Amino acid sequence: MPKMTGAQAVVEAFSKEGVEYVFGLPGGACLPLFDALYDAKFKVILVRHEQGAVHMAEGYARSTGRPGVVVVTSGPGATNTVTGIADAYMDSIPLVVITGQVKSYLIGNDAFQEADVTGITRPITKHNYLVKDVFDLPRVLKEAFWLASHGRPGPVLIDFPSDVSLMPFDFHYPETVNIRGFKPVLHGHPGQIKKAAKLIAESKRPVVYTGGGVIISGASKELVEFVEKTKAPCTNTLMGLGGVPGAHPQFMGMLGMHGTVYANRAVHESDLLIAVGARFDDRVTGDLKKFAPKARIIHMDVDPSAISKNVKVDVPIVGDVREILRELNKIVKAADTADWLSDIEKWKKESPLRYRDDAELRPQYAIQKLCEIYGSDTIVSTDVGQHQMWAAQYFKVSGPNQFLTSGGLGTMGYGFPAAIGAQFAFPKETVVCITGDGSIQMNIQEMATAVVHKLPVKIAIINNNYLGMVRQWQEAFYNHRYSSSDMQGNPDFVKLAEAYGGTGRHVTKKDQAEEAIRWSLTVKDRPCVLDFVVEAEENVFPMIPSGKSFEEIMDMA
Amino acid sequence: MAIHEATPVKERILSVLVENRAGVLSHVVGLFSARGFNIDSLAVGETEDATMSRITLVAKGDERTLEQIKKQLNKLIDVIKIQDLTDEGFIDRELMLVKLKNTPAAKKALGALAAKHRIQIVDEDPKVLAIECVETRENTKKIFESFKEIGIVEIAQTGAVALSKKPPKD
Repeated sequence: MPKMTGAQAVVEAFSKEGVEYVFGLPGGACLPLFDALYDAKFKVILVRHEQGAVHMAEGYARSTGRPGVVVVTSGPGATNTVTGIADAYMDSIPLVVITGQVKSYLIGNDAFQEADVTGITRPITKHNYLVKDVFDLPRVLKEAFWLASHGRPGPVLIDFPSDVSLMPFDFHYPETVNIRGFKPVLHGHPGQIKKAAKLIAESKRPVVYTGGGVIISGASKELVEFVEKTKAPCTNTLMGLGGVPGAHPQFMGMLGMHGTVYANRAVHESDLLIAVGARFDDRVTGDLKKFAPKARIIHMDVDPSAISKNVKVDVPIVGDVREILRELNKIVKAADTADWLSDIEKWKKESPLRYRDDAELRPQYAIQKLCEIYGSDTIVSTDVGQHQMWAAQYFKVSGPNQFLTSGGLGTMGYGFPAAIGAQFAFPKETVVCITGDGSIQMNIQEMATAVVHKLPVKIAIINNNYLGMVRQWQEAFYNHRYSSSDMQGNPDFVKLAEAYGGTGRHVTKKDQAEEAIRWSLTVKDRPCVLDFVVEAEENVFPMIPSGKSFEEIMDMA
Repeated sequence: MAIHEATPVKERILSVLVENRAGVLSHVVGLFSARGFNIDSLAVGETEDATMSRITLVAKGDERTLEQIKKQLNKLIDVIKIQDLTDEGFIDRELMLVKLKNTPAAKKALGALAAKHRIQIVDEDPKVLAIECVETRENTKKIFESFKEIGIVEIAQTGAVALSKKPPKD
C-alpha cells in the first residue's frame, strides 16, 4: 500500500498508462507535479510556450494513436493551452491535459494565477475534472486516459490544485473503469450492415468518402479491402488523408473546397455516397442543398451525434468503423462500376490536378519535390492556409497517421510543434512540417525545444510573404484589397533557425530546390529550415467558394 | 441526398438522469447556450439513488434541433440517460408561490380558482396573501394569467418536474 502524494500518484499513473513523453512547462501551482516528474522514468519535454506543448502532444497522439500528455501550471499556463485543446477536440485527438490550480481553499478568490479552467474548457474538452479530494485522483486519472482514447477520442483535462497535489494518501490505481454515462457502441448493427451491402450491390455510381475516423480506428487495411471489393472510387477528407494510399488507383484525391475536380464531380454525380468516419463538414459539402444531389447515403461513425447532423442519412451505422468494415467486407459484393470508373478516368484527364510548371519556383513544385525526395513514408505535418491545401494535394502519403494537420479548428501554429511531437515518437523517420511564413511564426519559439533534443525536423516554409489564403480570398472576393495580409517584417528564417542552433537554406530558384531538399536529409542532429521563397500570388485551385456547390467550382485558367 | 426539412417548432419535455456532481448542470445548460437555444424551464433534484440527479428540462425547437440536442446530451460523460417524455405520456407539476394584494375581491377570485385547481393560502397578513399553486405546466400558465388579473405583488415559479407514465422496464 504505497503512501505517496497526489503529485507522485499522477507520475505513477502516467507510468502505468505507458506514457513515454510529457510535454509541459512548470509554474507556481504545478511545482509539486514537476518535482515528482523529476524522478519519472519517462521523458519530460520542456516547451517554450504551453500552446506548443499541446500541439506536440497532438502530433505525438496523431502519429502513434496513443494519448498525448501535457502538464502546465494554473492561470496563464492553462489558458495558453486553450487553442490546442480546442484543436484536439475538433479533430478528435486523444489528450490528457493536467493543469495546476491554486490551492483548493483559494479557488474563487481571484488568487494569483487563478483562472476557472474547468469552466473555460468545458465546451472544448470531451470531459474535464476538478480534483478537490486526493482520494478521487486514481479514479479520475484512470477515467481520463480511458475517455481520451475510447469511442470518439478527444482531450480530457484534469484541474489539480497544488494543495491536493501535496496531500499524502494510499495510492491504488484502478484496473478498470465504470462510467455509467459512457458506453460507446462499437459493433455496427447487423441489420444496418446488411442494408448497406444491399445498397452497394445495387448502386451504379458509388463513392467512398472517408475521414479522420478511418485513421483513428486504424481501419486503413479494412478500407482498402472494402474499396477493392466494391470497386468503388474513393476520396478522403483532409483529416482522412492516408486512409488509403495516395497512389491507389481507385483514389481520387481529396474532396471539398480545394479537392480535385474529379473527386467533387464524382460525388456530385454519385448515386450512393458511403461515408466512413467523416462528418459532412462545410468545407467538404459547401451548399448542403446541392451536395451529392442524386445520392443515397450510408454513414458509418462511432459518434451518434455526427450522424444526420448535417444531412439526412438513409442507412446510419453507429460503431467503430473498423469493426463495421470488417463485417461489411464479409458480405459486400462489387457493384457494376466499370462505366462509372471510366467516366471518372475521363474527368481526371479533362481536369487533372495541375499547376503552372514553368521556370518560376512554384509552391506546388516545391511540395511535389519534397514528396519525391523524402518519400511517401514521410510523416508530414502542416500549418493552416494555402500551403496546407497544396500539401494535401501534392504530398501523397502512403499510409495512416502520416498526415498531421489541423482540420477542424484550422489552427495556425499547429504544424511545427506537431512535427516535433511526431519526431519524438518516431526518431528515425523523416518528419517534415510544411508551413507558411505566417503560420511558422505562431510557434517558432519551439525551435529551442527541437534544438535541445537534437531533433532533425524539417521545416519547409512556403514563403510568399503573405497570409496567402487570406490574400487569395481578398483577391477573389474583396476586389484585390489586401487588408492586413502582407507579412511585411518577416525575419530571415534561416538566420533565425541558426540563432537557435538549428540550420537552414534559402531556396529562391526552382533549380535550387532539389539539391536543398537532398541536403536537408543529411542534417541529422538539429532542425533544418528550407525557406522556399515562392511565387507570391499563386492561388490554390481547384476552389469551390465557401457555401457554394460543385457547379461553381473554379479551376486554374 | 436529402437535407433536413424544417419541422414545426414544438415544446418538448426531457427527463435527464445525470451524475450528482459539481459542474454537471453547467455542462448540460452550456450545450443549449452554445447553440443559442433558450431553456424554458429547468428543475433539478436528487433521486432515490443519491449519486444521481434528475433534470427536468423544457425547451422549444424543431425536431431536428431537439434530436441533435438529445444526441449531444448523450455525449456528455455525466449524462446517464435521457428520456423524451413529450410523446410517451407523462405526469408533470410546477409550483408557483405568489403574493397577491389582500383584498376581498382577490379572496373571492381565489376561491373560484381554488375550486378547480390545487391552490391554497399559505400565509396571510392584512396587506398580502401568500398562495401556493401546484399544477400541471399547462394549467400553471392559465392560472398565472388569472393571478396577473388579481394583482401580483411578487412571484416565484419552479420549472416543471415530470415523470413518464410508462412503467419502468426492469
